[in-house]
Amino acid sequence: MSNTDTHAGEDLAGDTTPTDDVADERELGAAGSQLSTAPREEPLAAGPRLGPIGWARWFWRQLTSMRIALLLLLLLSLAAIPGSLIPQTSASSNKVDTFLTQHTTLGPIYDKLQLFHVYSSVWFSAIYILLFISLIGCIIPRSWQFVGQLRGRPPGAPSRLTRLPAYTTWRTDTEPEEVRKAALTLLKRRRFRAHVVGDAVAAEKGYLRESGNLIFHVALIVMLVSFASGSLFKSEGGKLIMEGDTDGFSNTLSQYDDFTSGSLFDTSNLPPFSFSLDHFVGTYERSGPEVGTARKFQADIHYSAGPGDSEHKGVIKENHPLQIEGSKVFLISHGYAPSVTVKDGKGKVVFHGNTPLLPFDKNLSSSGAIKVMDGYHDKNGKKDQLGFAALFVPTFGGKGQMLSQFPAPDFPVLNIGAYHGDLGVDSGVPQNVYQLDTKSLTPFKDSKGDILKKSLLPGETMKLPNGAGSITFDKGPIKQWASFQITHQPGEGWALGGAVAAILGLAGSLFIQRRRIWVRATKGPDGVTVLEMAGLGRSESAKLPEELGDLAVTLIPEAPPAPEPDAPGVPEADATAPGPDADDAGEATAATGAAPADHAEGAEK
Amino acid sequence: MILAAATNENLAHTSNVLIYSAMAVYMLAFFAHIFEWTFGSRSKVARTAAALTSGGASEDAAAEATATVTVKVAAKGGGTTVLERPKVVTRSASGSRNVPDGPGADGGDAQGDMWGRIALALTGLAFLIAACGVVARALSVQRAPWGNMYEFSITFSTVAVGVYLALLASRKLNIRWLGLPLVTTVLLTLGLAVSVLYTASDQLVPALHSYWLWIHVSCAIFCGAVFYVGAVATLLYLFRDRYETKLIAGEKVSAFATSVLERLPAAATLDKLAYRVNAAVFPLWTFTIIAGAIWAGSAWGHYWEWDPKETWSFITWVAYACYLHARATAGWKGRKAATLALVAFACFLFNYYGVNIFVTGKHSYAGV
Repeated sequence: MSNTDTHAGEDLAGDTTPTDDVADERELGAAGSQLSTAPREEPLAAGPRLGPIGWARWFWRQLTSMRIALLLLLLLSLAAIPGSLIPQTSASSNKVDTFLTQHTTLGPIYDKLQLFHVYSSVWFSAIYILLFISLIGCIIPRSWQFVGQLRGRPPGAPSRLTRLPAYTTWRTDTEPEEVRKAALTLLKRRRFRAHVVGDAVAAEKGYLRESGNLIFHVALIVMLVSFASGSLFKSEGGKLIMEGDTDGFSNTLSQYDDFTSGSLFDTSNLPPFSFSLDHFVGTYERSGPEVGTARKFQADIHYSAGPGDSEHKGVIKENHPLQIEGSKVFLISHGYAPSVTVKDGKGKVVFHGNTPLLPFDKNLSSSGAIKVMDGYHDKNGKKDQLGFAALFVPTFGGKGQMLSQFPAPDFPVLNIGAYHGDLGVDSGVPQNVYQLDTKSLTPFKDSKGDILKKSLLPGETMKLPNGAGSITFDKGPIKQWASFQITHQPGEGWALGGAVAAILGLAGSLFIQRRRIWVRATKGPDGVTVLEMAGLGRSESAKLPEELGDLAVTLIPEAPPAPEPDAPGVPEADATAPGPDADDAGEATAATGAAPADHAEGAEK
Repeated sequence: MILAAATNENLAHTSNVLIYSAMAVYMLAFFAHIFEWTFGSRSKVARTAAALTSGGASEDAAAEATATVTVKVAAKGGGTTVLERPKVVTRSASGSRNVPDGPGADGGDAQGDMWGRIALALTGLAFLIAACGVVARALSVQRAPWGNMYEFSITFSTVAVGVYLALLASRKLNIRWLGLPLVTTVLLTLGLAVSVLYTASDQLVPALHSYWLWIHVSCAIFCGAVFYVGAVATLLYLFRDRYETKLIAGEKVSAFATSVLERLPAAATLDKLAYRVNAAVFPLWTFTIIAGAIWAGSAWGHYWEWDPKETWSFITWVAYACYLHARATAGWKGRKAATLALVAFACFLFNYYGVNIFVTGKHSYAGV
């Protein structure tokens, strides 16, 4: 798969000049051959009566053809679109759930079509796997061809150099052998691959274009493979830690709140590091139009690389994960963990501690559940469980909604709704620790018969009715929590190397021109040497004539021009070809150098 | 300078004044370009029609051009002798139309040319003012001025004009005809920026505190500016190509189309320019995406998460890759490939405006 190549040989061969030139054209085609390894397009014709091998071969040829590769590329870009418009499970499973409840007809259809996980869906994978097979099927033969070209030599000069895209000639008194020798030296010095064929020097340069092209495509495969293998061996998990929590986190499977790993990851291989959160700092814009926007998040931590290692102080910020034992620890989110004290009817403390609440808006209005699972007895002395639906705002906006006005704890208020009964934690069904499952819970009622709910300031207490106890929002600074993501992703180096190689290869394949230069020196009938130079590139470029001019200028001291004979130079047998001075062509299509050809209007009769 | 506040209100104000001034000057440049095109329409030399319809030109398909350059070569004695550089004859590939480039917006008209020069001078002035505006904005917030869509827009339009002026200054390409569409778009972009997208200068959210902001976003802005130039050239190629096809077929072309399209470069030239521009910046766009992935790796913990912005930059990348491949595929060259290039640029635009405004993802910062 070539990015930029146009078939120079094909273009030349497409000329419809009279039959005299047919042989000439063939020769020109040969001169431009193997200037790239771009595949020739074959007509889309399925031969009749193909055997299974024939069909397989036909299918393979189709798959590796440029046309199909292009279609697959187009399909890939189209297939990527829905994933950006439809909520994806990988990004936010909550949004997918919301979507499913809102769209009862469309939702299941989308689900069937795997539109909630587009990038791991069967059809998306099919497209890119086919594309990569096509790519491999294209690269391998091209690499072989390129190796062949590298081992071969540039083809000899076509007999009529005047027909090439860039051409120049002059007469000189230097002997042809000397001219060829000088040209060979010059071209080799300019790092052309050059050799003498017959009466001319043939030279070629710019092989890096082809190499770059191949490197780029191979690098894409390397990146894909390293990502794929990386995901087999990777592990990733989340952990929420409260400030001052002395236990912190140690890297074992049981400590994770959630954990996913690739199918080939061995969980016993988790490196034994540990860390704890000393302090979380969040600062927010206090004035201006972006009031409340976060300015700084920082987690001050203590960590140790393993049981034998001493404790180190460390800081984790956004953009600055902690790198430890081949894993990275990222700061993902943060919130508040207000402290409450729950007492039973006799005044005995049954719960005292901080409960992390999850923020649901920009100003950190948070919600969660405080669960008293054991130790509580109701007024009759019967074992019971208590559940409190907690709503917390760090900055209360006065009367009205429990919505925070600012993310910092300037005016913290905790709203509590009280329930008792079976929390459901013993049922064995996994449940969300941040949600209260009220199915088998009975709400405490207030005097009006509504669910008992009260907004508390720090230090305030809500009494549960009928001597069921009380809950107090403890005074003192509100503790914060931070959640961390611990990632171990091998194969990063390969992916990065692939990416760098891809860019370099791409630059090489797009910026370097592969071109051939021929220098022919022959003795004219009058004994004066006629020197001809011509250039051919893969695509038309203004640089080729410039380079040819440069080479000519450099060659002139070795082969100084001889005085022109009276008649306009008509070199050797090439009498029919338009010479450089015989300006018999129509319009100028390409002006070279700094001086634009100004005789454009002089259309020839 | 009082740096007590993180944001220097004075500088921010100065920046706004500069941006508005630049818009005023761009407006003048816009009118000057209009005059250029208007005066240019007086020129009635129909080169394209002549080239395509007169029998002689199409007979000999391969045209030749010569150019003579005198070069100075150091002589042995230490002085210099002036040598005539050999004439290099160039032949365009046969099979292509041999159409000369149009004379440019001024149509060879002296007054048109004068207005064109005035427009160019004004564009240069406006560019300087806008660049100062961007720098003032950067100083006022003491960071790269790419924190929100307003800042991104003013930087993007300034860089686009910068690319255009740099291409003009290099004198390799004659692209003054690009002036009018460019100034028009820049005015629209800036207008949108100051009216809809304006955000008072402020600090960045913590996720943007990284040197990758400089690398990733500056590359994205530069790529956008260059892709824009490529897209304009492609669009004009499609018009001009249809015009040439019609001329060859002997169909009637409206006077307005003739007047405007006649003055543009030949379709082949436009196509080549578009290709060169797009191909030149494609590796940088690749780098932009990879740099973004590396940044995402350290900021969010994942290199690639199919965030909407990531997805659309990937789609843009694939679309441009399609374009580059299409140009080398039989049956796709020419108009089909050009359409792909336009689709790719549309993807780029959607990635910027569409994704920022309609889709929420991890790239949503600071309210658009």
